[in-house]
Amino acid sequence: MKPDRALLLHLAVIAALFAMQYVLPAYHQGNLARILVLATFATGYNILFGYTGLLSLGHALFFAAGMYGAGMTMRFLDWPALAAFPAGIVAATLLAGMIGALALRTTGVAFMIVTLMFAQAGYLTILYFNEFTRGDEGFVIVQATRNILGFDLSNDDVRFVAAWLIFSVGLLVALAVVRSRMGRVLVAIRENEERTRMLGFDPFPYKLSAVALSGAYAGAAGAAYALLFGSVGASFASIQYSIEPLLFVLLGGTGVVLGPLVGAIVIFYLIEYAREVTTAYLIVVGVALVLLILFARKGVLGSLRRRTDGWLP
Amino acid sequence: MDFGPQLFLASLDGMVTAAVLALTALGLSLVFGVMRVVNVAHGEFFMLGAVIAWFVASNIGGHAAIGFIAALIIAPLVVGAIAAAADWIVLKRLDYEPEATIVATIGLLYILQQGALVTFGPVAQAVEPPFNKRIEIPWFEGANVGWGLFTTSYKLFVIGATIAILIGVWLLLSRTKIGLVMRATQLDRETAQAFGIPVEKVYALTFGFGAALAALAAVLIVPIQQADYLMGGDPLLLSFIVVIIGGLGSLRGTLVAALIIGMSDGIISVFFTPTLAKIIATLAVAMVLVFRPQGLFGAKAQ
Amino acid sequence: MTLLSARNLVKDFGGLRAVNVEAFDLPAGEIRAVIGPNGAGKTTFVSLLCGRLPPSSGTIRFEDTDITRLPAHERVARGIAYTFQITSIYPNLSLLDNVMLPAQRRASLNGTADAAARAAEALERVGLTDRAQEMAGVQAYGHQRLLEVAMGLALSPKLLILDEPTQGLAEGEIETFIALIRDVAQDATVLLIEHNMSVVMALAERITVMNFGEVLAEGTPDEIRANTDVQTAYLGG
Repeated sequence: MKPDRALLLHLAVIAALFAMQYVLPAYHQGNLARILVLATFATGYNILFGYTGLLSLGHALFFAAGMYGAGMTMRFLDWPALAAFPAGIVAATLLAGMIGALALRTTGVAFMIVTLMFAQAGYLTILYFNEFTRGDEGFVIVQATRNILGFDLSNDDVRFVAAWLIFSVGLLVALAVVRSRMGRVLVAIRENEERTRMLGFDPFPYKLSAVALSGAYAGAAGAAYALLFGSVGASFASIQYSIEPLLFVLLGGTGVVLGPLVGAIVIFYLIEYAREVTTAYLIVVGVALVLLILFARKGVLGSLRRRTDGWLP
Repeated sequence: MDFGPQLFLASLDGMVTAAVLALTALGLSLVFGVMRVVNVAHGEFFMLGAVIAWFVASNIGGHAAIGFIAALIIAPLVVGAIAAAADWIVLKRLDYEPEATIVATIGLLYILQQGALVTFGPVAQAVEPPFNKRIEIPWFEGANVGWGLFTTSYKLFVIGATIAILIGVWLLLSRTKIGLVMRATQLDRETAQAFGIPVEKVYALTFGFGAALAALAAVLIVPIQQADYLMGGDPLLLSFIVVIIGGLGSLRGTLVAALIIGMSDGIISVFFTPTLAKIIATLAVAMVLVFRPQGLFGAKAQ
Repeated sequence: MTLLSARNLVKDFGGLRAVNVEAFDLPAGEIRAVIGPNGAGKTTFVSLLCGRLPPSSGTIRFEDTDITRLPAHERVARGIAYTFQITSIYPNLSLLDNVMLPAQRRASLNGTADAAARAAEALERVGLTDRAQEMAGVQAYGHQRLLEVAMGLALSPKLLILDEPTQGLAEGEIETFIALIRDVAQDATVLLIEHNMSVVMALAERITVMNFGEVLAEGTPDEIRANTDVQTAYLGG
């Protein structure tokens, strides 16, 4: 049997990321943990935007749902972290399913605006229930409760491995999904929805699954962020966190499984360096968006894939 | 406190909100109508108008009215030029492909907002109104003295000036060659091009004009509200609500919706907290788009 | 046996009545051509049959079941395949991937796992096997038309609706195409909108003539040729 080149490549990337903890200084190791969580978020977003062709401007809401789903159950119900994490994923997936069912009645620009509006309403709702959510200020999850099976998630090394684990599972699941029958139908919907319908596929359940799945990724990332970094706040529901996964995917390569990781690393460090130079560091986001949409719509790995005969999924 | 006077004041403030909103939303609506572009950076053009008004007013000495009049002319021109340039450099090259255009205007939003942070700074700045005579409201005089039962001449001026500008815009669109060319381009881009209309220039002009309207609205409101680099969010959201409720690309619907939303924003905020009012409004817009994509007043989608 | 029938089928666009067909019956196994001047409502009519458009009123029955309210994808599942007038393929996918999708769909409907074989067979029948790995978007127009038909074939339809399949094809390609349709018709019913009268006369067992959204005449090729109403409609009388 022919070796599965794509699978091997992804496993190699996962192994290399794991090795990074022995190579990188503590500061960059901490950064990489954060990047891996955000890349997980964007990997799910890529299934929706890159593979299905649905551009959501509201995924911050699902990230926040995961974050608050985990944070609130720990804070008010005293759930252990091991239960709070899946609670975050479930909350985000359900919310994504409900909003997807509504938003998917629209297409194109209207879909973008509807998802933006729902996310904005969600953000405002978190602010409105300030008493419980602590609004923009947010709240801190008590360090003692941030442990799973005896592992202290606030410890730098444990945190890195946990982030790596979540990203790795997310990456392999994404790889399996896009190479499955369902993945092929998603691409078909992106390429030509009307044709796909006339080949006997009902696009709606496929699109809804893609929204819910990307919501689950966002929820997992949000819940992981809360557990690993201890902070929960409304700002994670703001528009900026809807734009970030879009930016990562655009930069790394739309419809390439490894794209979001590349995009997350580049954008994270660009913002980091800009932050040292100016308070207006978010200008990086604006400039990157405009340049990418003008000159590199397919992103870094997307252009690379065309040169590798498309074997890169 | 009496409920009647409170409501009256709220509706007067609502009129001011509605006036500014009508101008801002008209700009957004025009751009969408003619170019089919959803301009997410529209609120930032509003912010730029206010910020430039502050720069102009604080650099021109003499009476406040001189600075204000200068701002009224300079801010829309500068903002219009910036917007037209953005259209020429970015949007035109995207061939106005809808989804790419939205992403690009999100990028513009960040660039303009962060650019203002660098040049203008993070602190909100006030602009002095050119005149601000206190006008007692005669009907309630004596009923509730000391509770601020008055409005200012400036607020009445904002309402009057807006009506004048709206009439001007209407005349421009319906009676001039520029208006005709814009409407022709709106109806059918290809045909307009075939008849020798320079569609690209019309688009740049329209995008600049839409942004200039937002800037003009901001200059009018800045003596009441202060200039702040983060002030673009609310006008964007409210304009979206107005344009979507009013029917995408329908100018008459936009004006009616601006009046309703502006008035109710003033009145609703008496009963609800602003956050709750915004939640309801945002969800309402989402639901309108989901269930009635062509808006409540607009003609059927093509 | 009647495979497909429509009764009092009406489609209005605003104030315009685009289609108004009182009765249309298509027996199983037939090759039927629908002809008529531009704007006669042919594409709208077959769009109603395959479910791309909902009718304003009327009923459609397929294999003695009312399918009027069924969405397009469920009609496809029952065996109605449609090929687009304006070539509608997946330009960024390989030819094989293009036919894999419908092949998978049919295989999963039948509960079998023969998708790959079915896809290969569909390409084989239209003669595109050599190009299976090439991108669809870069193919010559004629090959894209054949791919379009292959996507329909991979669904193993009971009824194949072809909307102006020979439009834009060269002479030689048209002859190959006629042979292909004859082959397809051995195990499927074919409904074909066609402008090229030599194709119609070569293939059709019966012809339905439409004008102003209504059925003007129906009959064998010889009957249609002799029909004066049809001649008037075509000559613009």
